Amino acid sequence: MKALKKVIHNLDPKFEKGGKWEKMYPLYETLSTFLFTPKDVTKKGAHIRDGVDLKRTMFMVVLALIPCLLFGIYNTGHWHYELQSYVNPDQYAGYENYLTGFWDKVVYGLIQVLPIVIVSYAAGLATEFIFGFMKGHGLHEGFLVSGMLIPLTMPADVPLWMVAVATIFAVVIGKEVFGGTGMNILNVALTARAFLYFAYPTSMSGDKVWKSGTSELAEANGGALPDGASGATALGDLASFVGDAPTVSGQAMSANATSGEMLSKFEGAYDPVHAFIGMIPGSIGETSTVAALLGGAILLFTGVASWRIILSFFAGGFVFGLLMNAFGANAYMEMDAYYHLIIGGFAFGAVFMATDPVTASQTQYGKFWYGFLGGGLTILIRVLNPAYAEGIMLAILFMNVMAPLIDHYVVQANISRRKKRFKTA
Amino acid sequence: MSETEENLKKPKEPLFSKKNKKLITDPLSDNNPITIQVLGICSALAITVQVEQAFWMSISVVFVMVFGNLIVSLLRNLIPSRVRIIVQLVIVASLVIIVNEMLKAFVPDVSEKLSVFVGLIITNCIIMGRFEAFAMSNKPFPSILDAIGNALGYAWILLAVAFVREVFGSGKIWGYEIFGSNLPGEESGLYEMGYMNNNLMILPPMALIVVGIIIWIQRTQNKDLVEEH
Repeated sequence: MKALKKVIHNLDPKFEKGGKWEKMYPLYETLSTFLFTPKDVTKKGAHIRDGVDLKRTMFMVVLALIPCLLFGIYNTGHWHYELQSYVNPDQYAGYENYLTGFWDKVVYGLIQVLPIVIVSYAAGLATEFIFGFMKGHGLHEGFLVSGMLIPLTMPADVPLWMVAVATIFAVVIGKEVFGGTGMNILNVALTARAFLYFAYPTSMSGDKVWKSGTSELAEANGGALPDGASGATALGDLASFVGDAPTVSGQAMSANATSGEMLSKFEGAYDPVHAFIGMIPGSIGETSTVAALLGGAILLFTGVASWRIILSFFAGGFVFGLLMNAFGANAYMEMDAYYHLIIGGFAFGAVFMATDPVTASQTQYGKFWYGFLGGGLTILIRVLNPAYAEGIMLAILFMNVMAPLIDHYVVQANISRRKKRFKTA
Repeated sequence: MSETEENLKKPKEPLFSKKNKKLITDPLSDNNPITIQVLGICSALAITVQVEQAFWMSISVVFVMVFGNLIVSLLRNLIPSRVRIIVQLVIVASLVIIVNEMLKAFVPDVSEKLSVFVGLIITNCIIMGRFEAFAMSNKPFPSILDAIGNALGYAWILLAVAFVREVFGSGKIWGYEIFGSNLPGEESGLYEMGYMNNNLMILPPMALIVVGIIIWIQRTQNKDLVEEH
């Protein structure tokens, strides 16, 4: 270890201004600080510094994402083989059970998911390096997290070139134009997802993308899925309750079914325990509430994420769910409020996206408002706008934009409170 | 008597003096109405989905601006300053009506697509801005040059944005498919290889982003444009 450190630090002069490889400084700086704590000391201002710098903070988040990634890999494989079991009942008998064919599913999941992760990191880091060279600084560490978040918000079947385009768009338009890491207004990973969501809706929404291999299967089968199979997600089914043709797991229900019938059928298809563990189709990393909460625990323990945002985000979602219950105009509104928290990407978004320290509110009170309104807005978009089945992406992006406003009012309130105290004293 | 003497003494300004040339070249880049003054953004969002629409829109704006600036400049000493906005509006509205009728007569399908946006040329901030800022206080010839410069500055941004949006949004240039056919079932060219049109390009926000990128490029080329802060 010491020998390596010596070798690297001996290279220092060659990369500094006037050195032989001056132009390669950003590359060198990135690699050396990735391996060792930088040796330069603070020259002015505070002289005591935490050993945890940006690189190590970001690494904690990547670590916290690993449960989601692992579960996502397995889940991807599972839903692929679940679909195959309808086509080839003999070959894949029992594959609709979660634990049958464990290694087959893991291997398939790896084949689908790893390329997305690699493309996301390659495209993003290349873009960051280009900007680093242009501005003459090392790689900004922020992308270490974004590069992992982006694949986890994608459906497993997304074409790789789309991942690359979205990542480059998000890094350039979402971050670099505002001045790079720490200056962005919008969450980078969600910018990438929103870009794909609006640019290529057929690859990002609908009922043909959530289980890997659905569209190929439908094509081979003459445009429709085999009997009993379905590619819809829980949220897609729920959105159909609002329209004229309610379906649950691909099975149509009569248009005059009561909301009680719809909901009991829905709960049969996605029972709360399965939904909580994450055994439901969806984007790669979003389905498992358990994995997200595990990641959240790591983030809270290491002090990276704010408990205020996570707590109030869940509270906001739950309260608005109850509010919808109070109106109860259709089956979707009558659904138990806690369901909202365990289906779709609610937990994943609350733990990993909303807590982004750059784009969230900075004041302590502001964080409560930011989280609460974000969670509430998610439910509003989900329930009241069936065109956008999953609302959390748009809700968090909207709250990102609103965060400075919230902070402004919190700060102003504090100022006027202190003024009052000053007057009375 | 003294006035005419003074006139005789002053040498006549050449038709395309340096000052007059600057009236045309300035708005093309360093004082572009869209990217620097950020005017006329509304139409840059609305009609840049296809190059064809943007082209006819540009032609219309060039016509309205040149004749508008000329008329306002000719009348500049007759217009009472209290009602000048109303007079300018009447001038621009009559010109827009002429343009609208011409488009309807000669390119009816384009006119249908442009629909209300031709009428909205009246509210184009660039036009009223040039009337107020230039034509009201300058002679007819410089006013025409100023109008040409600003209208062309507007036009090239419009066409550039429309080009990007049509190529990536619909895979076409002026309605001609350049990446092959993307009809479902009979894909050819790039579409056969899995390429897809970018639907976001069709949506208005992308026009703003494309204009933003043009502004970005412009500012890296000319550092004088970057504000101190």
